[in-house]
Order: sequence, then structure tokens, then C-alpha cells
Amino acid sequence: MSTVVESHDHGHHGPAKGLSRWLFTTNHKDIGTLYLWFSFIMLFIGGAMAMVIRAELFQPGLQIVQPEFFNQMTTNHGLIMVFGVIMPAFVGLANWMLPMQIGAPDMALPRLNNLSFWLLPMAFGILISTLFMPEGGPNFGWTFYAPLSTTYAPSTVNFFIFSVHIMGVSSILGSINIITTIFNMRAPGMTLMKMPLFVWSWLITAYLLIAVMPVLAGVVTMMLMDINFGTSFFNAAGGGDPVLFQHVFWFFGHPEVYIMILPAFGIVSHIIETFSRKPIFGYSSMVYAMASIAILSFVVWAHHMFTVGMPLAGELFFMYSTMLIAIPTGVKVFNWVATMFRGSITFETPMLFSIAFVALFTIGGFSGLMLAIVPADFQYHDTYFVVAHFHYVLVPGALFGIIAAAYYWLPKWTGNMYDETLGKLHFWLTFISVNVTFFPMHFVGLAGMPRRYPDYALQFADFNALISVGAFMFGLTQLLFLFIVIKTIRSGKQAKPEVWEGAGDLGLEWTLTSPPPYHSFTVQPQVK
Amino acid sequence: MAYIRKVFTGFILVLPLIFSSLIYSESSDYNMPIGVTDVSESIFGLHMLIFWICVVIGVIVFSIMFWSLWKYRKSKGAVAADFDDNFWLEIGWTVAATLVLVWMAVPSTQVMVEAYDDAEGEINILITGHQWKWHYEYLEDEVGFFSNLSTSQEQIDGEVPKGEFYLREVDEPLVIPTNTRVRFLITGNDVIHSWWVPDFAVKQDAIPGFINTAWTNVPEPGIFRGACTELCGIKHAFMPVVVRAVEREEFDAFIAEKVALAEEERMLTSKVWTKDELMARGESFYATNCAACHQANGQGIPPVFPSLVGSQITMFDSNKHIEILMEGVQGSAMAAFGESYSEVDIASVITYTRQAWSNGEKGDGVIVTPQDIVAYKNRIDL
Ligand code: HEM
Ligand SMILES: [Cu+2]
Repeated sequence: MSTVVESHDHGHHGPAKGLSRWLFTTNHKDIGTLYLWFSFIMLFIGGAMAMVIRAELFQPGLQIVQPEFFNQMTTNHGLIMVFGVIMPAFVGLANWMLPMQIGAPDMALPRLNNLSFWLLPMAFGILISTLFMPEGGPNFGWTFYAPLSTTYAPSTVNFFIFSVHIMGVSSILGSINIITTIFNMRAPGMTLMKMPLFVWSWLITAYLLIAVMPVLAGVVTMMLMDINFGTSFFNAAGGGDPVLFQHVFWFFGHPEVYIMILPAFGIVSHIIETFSRKPIFGYSSMVYAMASIAILSFVVWAHHMFTVGMPLAGELFFMYSTMLIAIPTGVKVFNWVATMFRGSITFETPMLFSIAFVALFTIGGFSGLMLAIVPADFQYHDTYFVVAHFHYVLVPGALFGIIAAAYYWLPKWTGNMYDETLGKLHFWLTFISVNVTFFPMHFVGLAGMPRRYPDYALQFADFNALISVGAFMFGLTQLLFLFIVIKTIRSGKQAKPEVWEGAGDLGLEWTLTSPPPYHSFTVQPQVK
Repeated sequence: MAYIRKVFTGFILVLPLIFSSLIYSESSDYNMPIGVTDVSESIFGLHMLIFWICVVIGVIVFSIMFWSLWKYRKSKGAVAADFDDNFWLEIGWTVAATLVLVWMAVPSTQVMVEAYDDAEGEINILITGHQWKWHYEYLEDEVGFFSNLSTSQEQIDGEVPKGEFYLREVDEPLVIPTNTRVRFLITGNDVIHSWWVPDFAVKQDAIPGFINTAWTNVPEPGIFRGACTELCGIKHAFMPVVVRAVEREEFDAFIAEKVALAEEERMLTSKVWTKDELMARGESFYATNCAACHQANGQGIPPVFPSLVGSQITMFDSNKHIEILMEGVQGSAMAAFGESYSEVDIASVITYTRQAWSNGEKGDGVIVTPQDIVAYKNRIDL
């Protein structure tokens, strides 16, 4: 892709000063920055909760917290990491990068953009405040199965429901904006099949969000009715059906897990082609793979429910459909490897994180495949094996994708190069600790340790101690990441417009100055 | 840097090896137990088959990847080739992946059909999950009992050393006969629980309003330990499953004893009870069934579990007290104990809580007898 860029500076159009810059901003970069910082702060809050969990599980017995508080920690850790870290970080990256990658000045709906960000601190403020209420916060797991989350929930569940509604509104508004931007503001010549893969991944993700966030809103509304208005959607005593809850939840929930990985697929594709100095292998098959994953993700939801007592035909259907997803997922991995093959490869920090992404995400894919096998899932389900699976796809998967993106684009955003030595140190510490933390979870899970247990039998003690050590190390290491990011914002070697050798041909964002002008492309570039 | 890269490559390559060597060690501290039934053995075999297929694919993909990273690094002067697509290669690996999946799907389907079989059992046992204990009822003989965690709170709090079966022991295990088709009918009383015995490869959710089925046929006597695997509230980790499989004769004797005991219970209802007898019985019932929430000192954990000490109901309102025990409290963890326990148990625990913690001195100290409970039941039936 080669481009012609004309840029002129509108001196009068800079950001406002002080706090109002952030409160009232309609600029895609400012809002992207807000999203990213929000996500970063949430990472530390959710991470602190994980530290409480791991401290309690360091040894058998109850030492540090009581089971009631432990359950609040697991629940809020999950909710915050999913809705407060991974999703906002991807939206933040979309805000920053989509206009720059498609040659637009800004997002299509800038005021909506401001609203969809500022809803988030409200939602999480409400959620986190419940932890300080007398009855305590949500304690029924991030999957909040009824009737534990309805008839048997603390009354603060109403705050939780409200907060989920607000998060849902925020996501839907964000998705509308993204879809509108992609369809209407691409530079002339950028046909759909010439769009950068990150743009594709977000286009698909935005559709998934619009399809399933209303389902989530529906299920929490049904809970609200059951709790406060005497309905019995999920209350067996009133003729309702607790399993219905799970069907509706997972109809949202499984597409949701792909919402949390597709943008990372896009990011990693860009990074691998940049540092292999070779365009992505099989661009169109990458697009088709993402689209088929998205479509299939609507017909696999009950693989989370293999033990609820479905008929044989149901169990088999959901096993086969889940196994099918492994095909497009595998194709993506093969394409990444083929991109590296016969490239000219260097190992800057974003590339290291991306390589680790490919390797460790694949391990998560393998455990996913094992979990899809229904009879075997009878043994795996609700044990630490499942915890290992989804942490492999979400931490070295989604989170590594986000960290890689931060290193890859930070020089573009700030105009400063990050410190490569510190970046590599951050990578190695993270890589080691992530495996020390999550790999042994496969073993304890297979050996029979159920998930969401504040205390456990003695034969799991050694692995749990090891896991906790890994987790503390992982947590501490991310403080180093914070330090590196701040350091880069404040100083560093001046970054060139293309930042990475040869990147100038790979995408429009590299044709802009580093840092880019306030309104990214004031004149549309021409894509050939 | 080159050195680190070597370590990195090495680490990734040996990961599957570490995994697999651990996984084959005899002890089940690392791997799924083989279990004792035909089904559990088939599932174990399937698990290992899928695992090895994944390992082989992993080794192939990771070898190519790390070899490429090594061979084509720029520092060794690699120049990027100029290709970015190959239609037949894409088709090829898509087809290959599909074939591997079919290879996995066939045995998986077979094992699933084997495991899934809801025909009647010779022995049928109704398993009910309660917050936070299991109730077992032998449907043919109409006898049943609760199975509670027997690990002491002192062990959990670390005040005394933990025993060998810490958190995996109960006061009364489920007893089943060997070489008999036993069918479990599994349901929940309050929230969703899940009944899991790894050695039988049986895991079924216990859902209020539903009756799920599972079955097993255990060839050898033994004690098998499992757990609740669906988050069910505060004591989710503290309601283990223990099953004792015994020879048929021993099983029949066990049932006969249970039937006799139940008969005796019924006799006890008509007996005239003294306050001390009720107190003694009530105290031990309280310790096993109530103290988990309301605490041994009766003070509960407000606001979730209310205190029984000096409350209006425990001091002055014996009718309300009976009603709560019999019907439970909607929307709270307080279950309807009357459905599952005898009149004697209910009467004695009410009497106990009305006397204990100086409720007796400060309140009316009414003594509730099994006959009062019978009378209550008759009133409700009318
Ligand atoms: C090859 C692709 C995948 C397959 C075949 C697969 C399969 C499964 C299955 C069968 C389960 C249910 C296990 C159980 O509860 O017994 C599961 C759980 C889960 N998976 Fe995946 N998965 C795949 C990829 C992913 C990805 C990409 C993500 C997210 C980025 C993900 C996130 C999760 C999460 C969060 C859970 C657990 C939810 C919970 O119960 O809390 N999976 N997966
Ligand atoms: Cu899923």
C-alpha cells in the first residue's frame, strides 16, 4: 500500500487546557488515551483482587480472608478484567488507531464517543462501591448464575445490574461509532479487502457487540424483575427455569470471549508482518477466518453447560460446533507462522509479546479443544483446568495483544521511543511469571481441584503455592510496565514517522508524524 | 540476547515434554484419575488421546515457528522473501485440520454414547444439594440422610494440624453396592450445586426444579472422594462428596439398619420427652446443622445470618419459631428443615435454641415437644 499524504496544521484547533480537555473532549486520540488509562487503572484494581485470591490460596486453610469476601474477590476480579480491562483497552486502541489506519480525521460520531467513555467510570464506580456496603458486593461469580444471583444474592446485586446496564450502553454506543467510522470514512481507494486487519477485526467485533450486549442487558433485566417485581424467570419455585439463565447468559458469553480476542488477532497480525518485514500471509483467509469465528461463536454457547443435563443430541451438537471453531483458529495460527517463514525477523518488544501470543494462545486453543470433548469435559468442567484454559487465552492472549500494541504504537502516539532494554526485561519477567502462574493450573485442575474454592485439600498444596508465587511475580512486573509507559510519555529518543524499519509501506498510520497531528488526516490520503 | 533466545526456544520446546512426563506419572496429583468404572476408563483414554494429538500438532507448529524465527533472523542477514499468499496451502491446512477433528470426534461420540444412558438403575438414589451439604435418599427403601463435612473448624482455621482427608471427609458417606447399576437422580434444594466423583467420571449439576440423571457401576469396594463443583455460596468448598462402595451383603445390611433406625425415629415421636433429653439432642443437632451459619455461640454473622441470641422469636414467639424451622425463610439461606428432618430433631433443636445462651432466662423458655410439631403439621395439612 502506498500513499500520498498532504498534511497542514490547524494551529487554532489544539486541545483545550486542563481538566475540561478530558471531560469534554471529542477528539479520538484524547478519548483513546482516556480509555487506555482507565483500562490500566482497572488492571491494577482487578490485579489487586487477584493478589488477595492468590494470597489466600497460597496455603490450605483459611488465613487471610473469609469465604464470603473471597467470593466477592473472584467475582469482581472477573468482572473488572473482562469489562473493565480487556474491552476498554481494545476500544481505546480502536479510538486511537482506526481513524489513523483508514485515513480519517477522527471518529464519525465524536460526541457519542465522549459519552461512551464517560459511562464507564460511572459503571465501575457503582460496581466497586458495592464492596464497601454492609452486605458486600456481588459474590456469585462473574457468570452470576441464578438463583444464587437472584433469590440468594445480597441486595447490592441491584447496583451490579445497573452497572452492567451502563457498561452495555457504553459498548453499544462505542460499536455504533466504530461501524459508522469504518463504513463511511475510509480513504478513497481503501476497499474492504484492503483494510488493515486491525480494522477488520474491530468491524467484526463491533457487530458481535451489537448482537450480544442487548442479550446481556436482557438477562440482567430478567434478574432485576425476579428480585424486585415478583417474576419467576429463573425461580423454579414459581415455575421458572434456572437453566434458562445459563442459556441466555452464554448466548452472550461465548461471543463475548471472541470479542475479547479478535482485536488482538488484528494487532498481532500487524506486528508480525512488521517485524518479519514481509506482508501478512493469507490476508483474505485471515479475514474469512475471523468472520467464520464470529459466526460460529453464536452456535457453541452450550459448551459451557455440558453438565446441566442436556439431551444426548444437544451435547453432541455443541461438541461438534465447538470443535469446528478450532479450524479457523488454527488457520490463523498457520498464517502467522507462514508470515514469519522466510522473513527477515527482528525481536523488538512488541514482536516478543506477539510471538509469545502465538505460542501461548495456541496452548489455550489446545485446552479449549480438549474442553470441547463432552465426555472429557465432565471431568474438566468447573475445575482449575478451565481456569487454566481461559487464562491462557486471555492473559498471554488478549492481554499480551494489548501490551504488544502499546509497545508497537507508543512511539507513534508520544513521539518517543520506549526503552528497549526495559521493554525486553518486562517481556521476560512477564513471560516467565505468566507460565509459572497458569501452567500448573492445568495439573491441579486435572487432579481434581474445583474452581472458586477459598480452601482446598492437601494434595493441591504444592502447586498452589507455586501458582501464587508466579502470580505475585506477574503482578509486580506490571508495575515495571507502568514505569516504562510513563517514562516513554515523558522522554525518549525522538521517533521517526515510520517508527519501525519498513513500516511506512504497511499502513497509513506510519505516514503521519510521530506524534500525529491533533486531527489525524485533515486531507484524505489516496490508497492505491 | 542470543543466549536468552536459545533458552526461550528451549523452554517452549520442552514445555509439552514436561507436561507429558508429569502427566504419565502414577500419582493422580498431575493428571485426571483413571477412575474405577468402565466409563471413567474410557474417558481417561479419550482425554489422553486428544492430549497427545494436541501435543503432536503443537510440536509440529512450534518447531516450524521457532525454526523460522531462528533461521530467518535479520541479524544473520536474512532477506525477506516476496510471497504473501498460497491458495492451495490454505486449502491444504484447512482440510488437514478438519480431518484431525473428525479423527477426534469419532471416539468422542462413542464415549459420549457410552457415558450417556438414563435407563433405570437397580438401585436409584435421589441426591439433593443443599446449602451446604448433600442429602441422599434411597428411593426403593425410602430412607435417607444428610452428609456433612466432618473436618473441624479448628483445622480450617489452622488452630490444629490438618488431617489426611482435610475437606474431603464427611460424617456419613453415601453407601452403594458394587457390581450393581446405580442410578443417581440429582437435584438442588436452593441454588445450583454440582455432584462430582472423579473416580466414576460422574459430574451432574444439581438444579432446583430439575432432576438430572447419572449412573455408575463400581466393580471394587472402596472409598471415593469428590466435591461440589458449582459455586453455591459461602461454603461451596466445604460440602464434599464421599462415596463408599461395599459388597452387596454389606450394602443390604446397611439399608436394613437404616430402615430400622427410621422406624425407631418414628417411635420416638410418640414418646414423652424431658427437657434435658430434648436439650441434649438439640445441642448436637445444632452443632451439625445450624452452627455453620448461626455459629456455635448463636450470634450468627449479621446481616446475612441473623443472631439467635436474645431475638424476639427465640425468646417469645414459639409458634413463629416452629414455622421458620418448618417452612424456611424465602429468599434467604434458611432452609425448610421440616421437610428433611424428623419431628424429634426439629422439636429438640427449637427447645435447645430457646434455652441456650440465656434465652431461657430472659425469654419465656417454652419447651417444644415432638407432639407440637406433629400438631403443627396437622394444622398445615388441613
Ligand atoms: C479453539 C478455540 C476454543 C475452544 C474450542 C474453547 C472451548 C471452551 C470450552 C468447551 C469451555 C467450557 C469449559 C467448561 O466450563 O467446562 C471454555 C471456557 C472458556 N473459554 Fe474457551 N475455547 C476456545 C477459545 C477461547 C478464547 C479465544 C477465549 C477468550 C479469549 C476463551 C475464553 C473462555 C472463557 C473465559 C471460558 C470460561 C468461562 C467461565 O466458565 O468462566 N476461549 N472454552
Ligand atoms: Cu465458549
